[in-house]
Amino acid sequence: MLQANNISYQIGSKSILRNCTIKLKPRTFTAIVGPNGAGKSTLLKAITNEVKLRNGSITVNGHSSSALDSKALSRIRAVMPQHTSINFPFSIEQIIEIGRFPHHTSPVENVEIIEKVIEKTRLQSYKGRTYQTLSGGEKQRVQLARIMAQVWDKSPHPKYLLLDEPTSDLDILHQHALLGTARELMSDNLGVLAVLHDLNLAAQYADYLVFMKNGEIVKQGETREVFTKENIETTFNHPVQMLEDPTTGQTIVVSIPNHMHLEPQKEIRYA
Amino acid sequence: MNSSITISKLKSQKLTAGFLTTAMALFLLALFLFSLTIGAVELSVSEISSILLDRLGFTNQNFTAVQSVVLMDIRLPRLIFTILIGTALGVSGAALQGIFRNPLVEPGIIGVSSGAALGAFVVILGLTSFIGEIPDSLKVWLLPPFAFLGGVLATFMTLRLGNYQGKVRVTILILAGVAISTLANAIIGLGIYYADDQQLRTFTFWTLGDLSAGTWQKIGIITIPIIASTLILTRMAKSLNAIALGESEAFHSGVNVEKVKRTIVFLSALCVGVAVSFSGIIGFVGLVIPHIIRMAFSSDHRIVIPLSALGGAALLILADLFARTVVAPSELPIGVVTAALGTPFFIYLLTVAKRKNLI
Repeated sequence: MLQANNISYQIGSKSILRNCTIKLKPRTFTAIVGPNGAGKSTLLKAITNEVKLRNGSITVNGHSSSALDSKALSRIRAVMPQHTSINFPFSIEQIIEIGRFPHHTSPVENVEIIEKVIEKTRLQSYKGRTYQTLSGGEKQRVQLARIMAQVWDKSPHPKYLLLDEPTSDLDILHQHALLGTARELMSDNLGVLAVLHDLNLAAQYADYLVFMKNGEIVKQGETREVFTKENIETTFNHPVQMLEDPTTGQTIVVSIPNHMHLEPQKEIRYA
Repeated sequence: MNSSITISKLKSQKLTAGFLTTAMALFLLALFLFSLTIGAVELSVSEISSILLDRLGFTNQNFTAVQSVVLMDIRLPRLIFTILIGTALGVSGAALQGIFRNPLVEPGIIGVSSGAALGAFVVILGLTSFIGEIPDSLKVWLLPPFAFLGGVLATFMTLRLGNYQGKVRVTILILAGVAISTLANAIIGLGIYYADDQQLRTFTFWTLGDLSAGTWQKIGIITIPIIASTLILTRMAKSLNAIALGESEAFHSGVNVEKVKRTIVFLSALCVGVAVSFSGIIGFVGLVIPHIIRMAFSSDHRIVIPLSALGGAALLILADLFARTVVAPSELPIGVVTAALGTPFFIYLLTVAKRKNLI
């Protein structure tokens, strides 16, 4: 289990995170949602030891994360950043290979793993391409391939994939491809945490939802229990409607444009 | 998955790095031998090998005493000295560009060059003004440690300024380097204002760079720090590849970023400080060589670092060859040659790279 216990973080006197507690379990897809500036990405950075906490602690599979060095941590969790820019021309294979650096596998095995993750992320036609010449969405897929290579090995302990807005630059085809791949990777030894902007995507893929607002976790729980009109409206300060998708039977959320603002009590009728 | 394809692909990858390094080493060797034959006194490759064999105890006299002296006391030490300096500048340039994730960085950026210049300046001007004229034989001993100390001191001040909450911030570090360099140059400028003609001349020549100063004794002093730093820097290539993605990405890939950063900055300061203390300031090698390697072959630091070390040596041999033949029997200052030849080439590289979207 990857666990943040009652963590707080502040810059100067400005409080960014307040008393956040969150548990990541293997075979669970957790999504963090919330308005801009709620502290979603900061929470992810705090969980991955990128910022110095004011108080609280992070435990990784039962160990305090401060007791583990970067190498040990990188064998347990892989992090996909929001944007990665590179000033030197690297090929996509060279980028993906970096995911294999923490491991002591043979070079032959590494090349095989790189081939497999390229296939999984459907990047075959991009082999040999320079990373800098790719579009934002293509770059995100290469980064996913890299962190997949990092958690590829079978291991006795659980591992975690942490994704910071992984679908921000992707079209709908690739949004589903990426999140689908992340779900496929889940196993009894692998859990996923993603910061997501799109509430419907979050509800479709996550088993567990975390609502954040003003640096605090306002609500968290099983998706089917917490994905409600009330939770969404209090978190985002904006009126929404919950509908049922006739094909999948899933609950979806529709936000209401300001110029069509309806009376709060009034039901909306859809044709 | 066809594993035979995988293995052949892997072999070809490994082969590329090994092949390129070997090819560059052979090129450097050829250049070295060729350069030994060039000069006022005629020396053929067979005469060179005879002299070397003679020194090793195999007597076969088919050379003159003058040739022997020219080779052993002038050309050979100068060339080995040149190779060491070129290696130091090339490898530290490549490593610093890697750690700062910035292709515009060169050893001067962290303050090494200016600090070393200030150290040399203290010897050439400061000490002579306060203590009186220092004999050249003593100056030779004082210059290197002062220049090295100045370089390391400036680097550590830069590092300290660039340090925030236990982390080195690259932008602040580069700005701190600019500030420290400016301060060092201001002190030098102030000194120059009060310097007499002789002091000015000596110092100006030091800042222009000089490879003719290479002696066996100096080679003995700089070999170990330069070769050791080069070997350690070569071993950091993988970490540098990860750091190219960004510092947090490298951290999450298992790299101890702070340790790598400190090690590289220290080794580069050591390398360049030691080199510059004897040769004077030689610009552009550290900036241009890693670019040429990256554009010609690959950005993979497992190729860039070793090839920049060898390439730096090769480039400096070529520049020195040019410097000592073009106006023979006199010679041009090496720093002027590298800057004069390096700048147009660098501008050419920039325009090409811009078009190919490589920078």
